Amino acid sequence: MTFETALHDPKLCRVLLARLTRALDGRSMRFMEVCGTHTVSIFQSGLHSLLPASITHLSGPGCPVCVTHDADVAAFLELAGREKIVLATFGDMLRVPSPSGQTLKHAESAGARVEIIYSPLEALTLAISNPDNVIVFPGIGFETTAPAVAATLLTARQKKIKNFCVFSLHKLVPPALRALLDEEDGKAANIEAFLLPGHVSTILGLAPYAFLADKHRIPGVVGGFEPADILLALCRMAEQLRDNAPAVVNAYPRAVNDAGNPKARALMEEVFITTDALWRGIGRIEQSGLAVRPEYADMDAAVRLGVRLVETPQQQPDCCCGDVLKGRIIPTACPLFGEKCTPAVPVGPCMVSTEGSCAAYYKYSEH
Amino acid sequence: MDTCLLLDAGSGGLASQRLTAQCFLRHFANPLLARLDDAALLHDVQAPIAMSTDSYTVTPLFFPGGSIGTLAVHGTVNDVSMLGARPQYISCGFILEEGLSLELLESIVQDMAGAAKEAGVLIVTGDTKVVPRGACDKIFINTTGIGSIFVEPAPSGHNARVGDAVLVSGALGDHGLTIMGSREHLSFLSDVTSDSAPLNHMIAEIINAAGPVHVLRDPTRGGLAATLNEISEQSGVSMLLEEEAIPVHESVKSGCSFLGLDPLYLANEGKCICILPENRAEDALAAMRASPYGVEAARIGTVVGDKACRVTLQTRIGGRRILSMPEGVPLPRIC
Repeated sequence: MTFETALHDPKLCRVLLARLTRALDGRSMRFMEVCGTHTVSIFQSGLHSLLPASITHLSGPGCPVCVTHDADVAAFLELAGREKIVLATFGDMLRVPSPSGQTLKHAESAGARVEIIYSPLEALTLAISNPDNVIVFPGIGFETTAPAVAATLLTARQKKIKNFCVFSLHKLVPPALRALLDEEDGKAANIEAFLLPGHVSTILGLAPYAFLADKHRIPGVVGGFEPADILLALCRMAEQLRDNAPAVVNAYPRAVNDAGNPKARALMEEVFITTDALWRGIGRIEQSGLAVRPEYADMDAAVRLGVRLVETPQQQPDCCCGDVLKGRIIPTACPLFGEKCTPAVPVGPCMVSTEGSCAAYYKYSEH
Repeated sequence: MDTCLLLDAGSGGLASQRLTAQCFLRHFANPLLARLDDAALLHDVQAPIAMSTDSYTVTPLFFPGGSIGTLAVHGTVNDVSMLGARPQYISCGFILEEGLSLELLESIVQDMAGAAKEAGVLIVTGDTKVVPRGACDKIFINTTGIGSIFVEPAPSGHNARVGDAVLVSGALGDHGLTIMGSREHLSFLSDVTSDSAPLNHMIAEIINAAGPVHVLRDPTRGGLAATLNEISEQSGVSMLLEEEAIPVHESVKSGCSFLGLDPLYLANEGKCICILPENRAEDALAAMRASPYGVEAARIGTVVGDKACRVTLQTRIGGRRILSMPEGVPLPRIC
């Protein structure tokens, strides 16, 4: 029996569900799963239909496509339209619409060169085989992807590959959680616990989340992605709430070391520097992004190609992606959901990405 | 002979004749084609007749488990078979890009000939066009197949009935993931192989064993999810599937899990879905399992009466979720 099969075992899940129900003891629990992979797993495994009705799960700002700002998309499109530029991107960026409804797919059909890649290193292969073009890799993603991008940039320098650069839009998870909890406009989401992202935590470890329990007295549990992993994490949350003993704990020790991965963090620090970043639906969050350090300016698309992010007001006033990402509403409460906004014609990025919470609700639940 | 295809080969003159004789006639060898009249003369196709056409374009042209050549024959043979017909004859039209390696073309034609031989169909008429470099991507193939229907009423997507059993002839997602893996050189998918296969003999055995079946469909593009949703819509019924019962190879599961894909949405080229009355399900399953292309056949669910025309999956942990219609091409995720 593989780990994966074992963690889908109906008996094990029933035992954990019973433990969760006991820990809740009739109370409700409103938790946020930060990572899009958790959202999808909760639906895909059918866990959504089995959780006690008193549990509300909110999908947080941890789907890289979903938090990609209009300004970022506009910059990609502008870049893709330039001569002798090849945009080498992960697949799910292709369908994210700009404020005017344009996507990289449209740009591609109009003649732009857009290549889907599966790892940043593939961008270097493209660079070698396209010496007359500059390969631009849009650095989208969180602490999970940033170290691999950093390693790619270092490899490019070592191999003296000159026609490669990164347009870094990486975002950092802990500052975003801090921003959600520090909201002062009276509409905070009343999040009682966080299911912390398993992949990001392999890099970060537990320490960067300590403020959740220390400052806000909110439990934070790092969880894996199989249904039993998630149930175990929910049990730990509910027990902390019952005992009024909030803490940041690791319920995914088979993948996550409490100290994270210092080597990967060192790579990130070598290449990137923290900077303010624009988050879709949330806005500017201080020190929540990664920019390429000046020492590597020759491989920084922002410097080398003069790409600038132009912060514009949200063009789709009815789109509630922001409220969804902040945990204020669940996707079905958005007036556009399933009507004007579907995966075929997405208005906001939460409907674009397969890991987006709106797409997950649309795809897996009865609506 | 040249090593690369020249525009002349589509001119209708001697260059065309040489290509036809040295490549197509040689490998597709049969008396009906050899007459080289404007059309093939067929004597033994009895009404009702099933006819299907499809055009094939795939990158890369060769992949583990098949090639554009095997797909062009299997795809059309399978489509004709899904109506309860015995595919007999196939036409093929080639659109070839100037400069195409003749060795490559010959390998593809050999694959087509081998696939046709295994399926027991004859390629009886064809056409070749050569277009200037850049006007097509190496090679496009269109095939049309016909065959006599041997069971009445013919299976149709409109015929699923409440209480019917839903069967699938084997593991799902192999072809779609193989193409993605070989297109993008994903080394971690090296143990995944396309299921490209002719299903006509197995279909005949299923109908021999279980009698007329309500629905036969091959879950190609859009995978199981798209096909079952289409059938639900056409028949005005819903379906309840058991996730645990749906066969998916471990290598496909892990590859999909890494890329954020769902095997139930990936294309298959050698599988069929069979929907028939519950009391004949075991006979149909036994017939499938006796075929080399149906060894992993399984019953995966039941047709239910919910008017919402919805496909619902009972998950392994005992929860439920909707298996919805796919929206577009599955794209791998970021992290």
